[in-house]
Amino acid sequence: MNENGNTLISLQNLQVHYDLGGGTLIDRITGGSRVRRVVKAVDGVNLDIKRGETLGLVGESGCGKSTLGKAILRLTEPTGGQVFYGGKDLAHASSSEMREQRKNLQMIFQDPYASLNPRMTVGQIIAEPIRTFNLSNGGNIEAKVQDLMETVGLNRRFTKRYPHEFSGGQRQRIGIARALAVDPKFIVADEPISALDVSIQAQIMNLMERLQREKNLTYLFISHDLRAIRHVADRVAVMYLGKIVELGEAKTVYAEPLMPYTKALISAVPIPDPEIEAKRERIILKGDVPSPINPPSGCHFNTRCPYAIAECRQIDPSLVEIKPKHYAACIRISPERPHIDENAAAGLGVVGEGTPEIKKGS
Amino acid sequence: MVNDLKTYFQTEDGVVKAVDGITFTLAKGETLGIVGESGSGKSVTNLSIMRLIPEPPGKIVNGDIRFDGIDVRALSIDDVRRIRGKRMAMIFQDPMTSLNPFLKISTQLMEVTELHLGHTKEQARRHAIKMLETVGIPDAKNRIDGYPHEFSGGMRQRVMIAMALSCDPELLIADEPTTALDVTIQAQILELIKDLKARMGTSVILITHDLGVVAGMTNKIIVMYAGKVFEQAPTRELFATPANPYTKGLLKSVPDPAHEEGTELYQIPGLPPDVAHLPPGCPFSPRCERAENVCHREFPPFVQINENHWSLCHFAKEVYAESMRERTAPNVTEAQIELNPLA
Repeated sequence: MNENGNTLISLQNLQVHYDLGGGTLIDRITGGSRVRRVVKAVDGVNLDIKRGETLGLVGESGCGKSTLGKAILRLTEPTGGQVFYGGKDLAHASSSEMREQRKNLQMIFQDPYASLNPRMTVGQIIAEPIRTFNLSNGGNIEAKVQDLMETVGLNRRFTKRYPHEFSGGQRQRIGIARALAVDPKFIVADEPISALDVSIQAQIMNLMERLQREKNLTYLFISHDLRAIRHVADRVAVMYLGKIVELGEAKTVYAEPLMPYTKALISAVPIPDPEIEAKRERIILKGDVPSPINPPSGCHFNTRCPYAIAECRQIDPSLVEIKPKHYAACIRISPERPHIDENAAAGLGVVGEGTPEIKKGS
Repeated sequence: MVNDLKTYFQTEDGVVKAVDGITFTLAKGETLGIVGESGSGKSVTNLSIMRLIPEPPGKIVNGDIRFDGIDVRALSIDDVRRIRGKRMAMIFQDPMTSLNPFLKISTQLMEVTELHLGHTKEQARRHAIKMLETVGIPDAKNRIDGYPHEFSGGMRQRVMIAMALSCDPELLIADEPTTALDVTIQAQILELIKDLKARMGTSVILITHDLGVVAGMTNKIIVMYAGKVFEQAPTRELFATPANPYTKGLLKSVPDPAHEEGTELYQIPGLPPDVAHLPPGCPFSPRCERAENVCHREFPPFVQINENHWSLCHFAKEVYAESMRERTAPNVTEAQIELNPLA
């Protein structure tokens, strides 16, 4: 546990595995799966989230980024590892302790249509966490709710309205007001802008940035939209099949991505400028993200990686500090030799660190 | 090809003018991008062209749709069916719901050529396998007998494209073809459409809300708002010198790589309009920063800026002049952007 004054949340070898069964004697007799099938949605993530920062978490669908966000708040139970917040391990906290901590840890959801109870008024929705945690201090809950609505840019007179009377962007503001109601320190924002129109996305991003400045919030901003992450995040973590494969300052990760996967992701983002688009060269990845059920051995990305060599199928790469504060998990790069294309051109094989896969299956 | 098209819907709230006057032509091998937010009428435009508007409540009330000289509006439903799927085809946004989950991929693909090209079962199957290979589905011979749920989102979108291209259509309408997909898969699909277009000379209408997607894919662009064409121009010109405040706002509200650290992202204030209750005057006026009295009172004129560049705005010429000035202003970061646009 390397928690220092600057770290708000520290994840240590966090795991969320879903056991799908299989591999037992009965399965063999009844024709079930011959091997035990495990979905390693989050597979040993070590990550420090710093006070006051926005950590962007990117990756393709199915890579485990939402599960990671939920596991921090125990909305999904971690199956291994620790989540340290204020010196306490949340992953092993009792449910009453955890409940207490939810005052500090909140979430904003992707779908502004499904995450608000349609039968409650907006006033009730925002007041609910205040009542639950008895935060009114004898004051007027109604007034606090109205202040919150104003804070997120909604008309304070609308407390009696129902969610369906609001647009998608407004609903997302309601979701943000609900999260802010308990004065949290940390918010997991799971794809908060994906369901919104372009002109509304900018509004919500600006609102979240303003609130962060005013209330000194820390965000884990989960998104598959690399342009949005580039804009809001201070640091970026790139996830692939349950693991963090690259981590660094947003500026450096986008300017000089180290991992072949990150390079491909960034090159795939369309740029709204026809002149640039005409000149760009894309790295087009082959195929889809493999199934997270018993993923490829070694480096999970080896099946799609243009630089993959035989060792990539055997060695599980560790997340190594390749450049100052810039980490990547790839055995073909090292702090001395950070450029994979140069290393590949020079015919170098394994230059980096990793742990050999001993045997598949847990 | 499309002249002053108007499609209205009768609703409890009154008449919704989903598409209210859109005109464009699309030459062979050209790609047109239609950009807009939800409710702007971009999808209805294309459903109208395909004669897929449910009637009632919808109705094409005005306009001329000509496809290779054929008056599409005058066609009987049987005649439409003969063209649709054969000479013009459509790819829908959601690959998860636009394939029939109960039928094998083979059945759904073969149906197209059996119907339109009179293929026998055997011919149709061979053709279907060839199409799946064309769109890059590995092991097409075996995968063809799978069901949609056995395919990933990107693969299903490829199946949709294979189906749409089965009869070598002259026009392909792609309605948000990559919105439901991850960026790496989006890049694959866009590359595929580009490649097929180059090989088969298909004309494409690409509907999207993503300005990045149209930038690299299209020859010309129509920007729609509240059922109206707000701006229409060749792609490069539209991005370089927009002549409409809404287009400018859209372009600025996309996170920009050259954007200075810590500055706020430009935001268009307000909400997308309720098409059933449009304000008087210009529909964008409540959200427009440069709106003046006249904008709130009178509907704006469709101003011609250049030969193929039009803008719906009282101040179109002024906005255009502004864009020209901004364009000529020195841009220090340009060289840097070209190396790595996101850096």
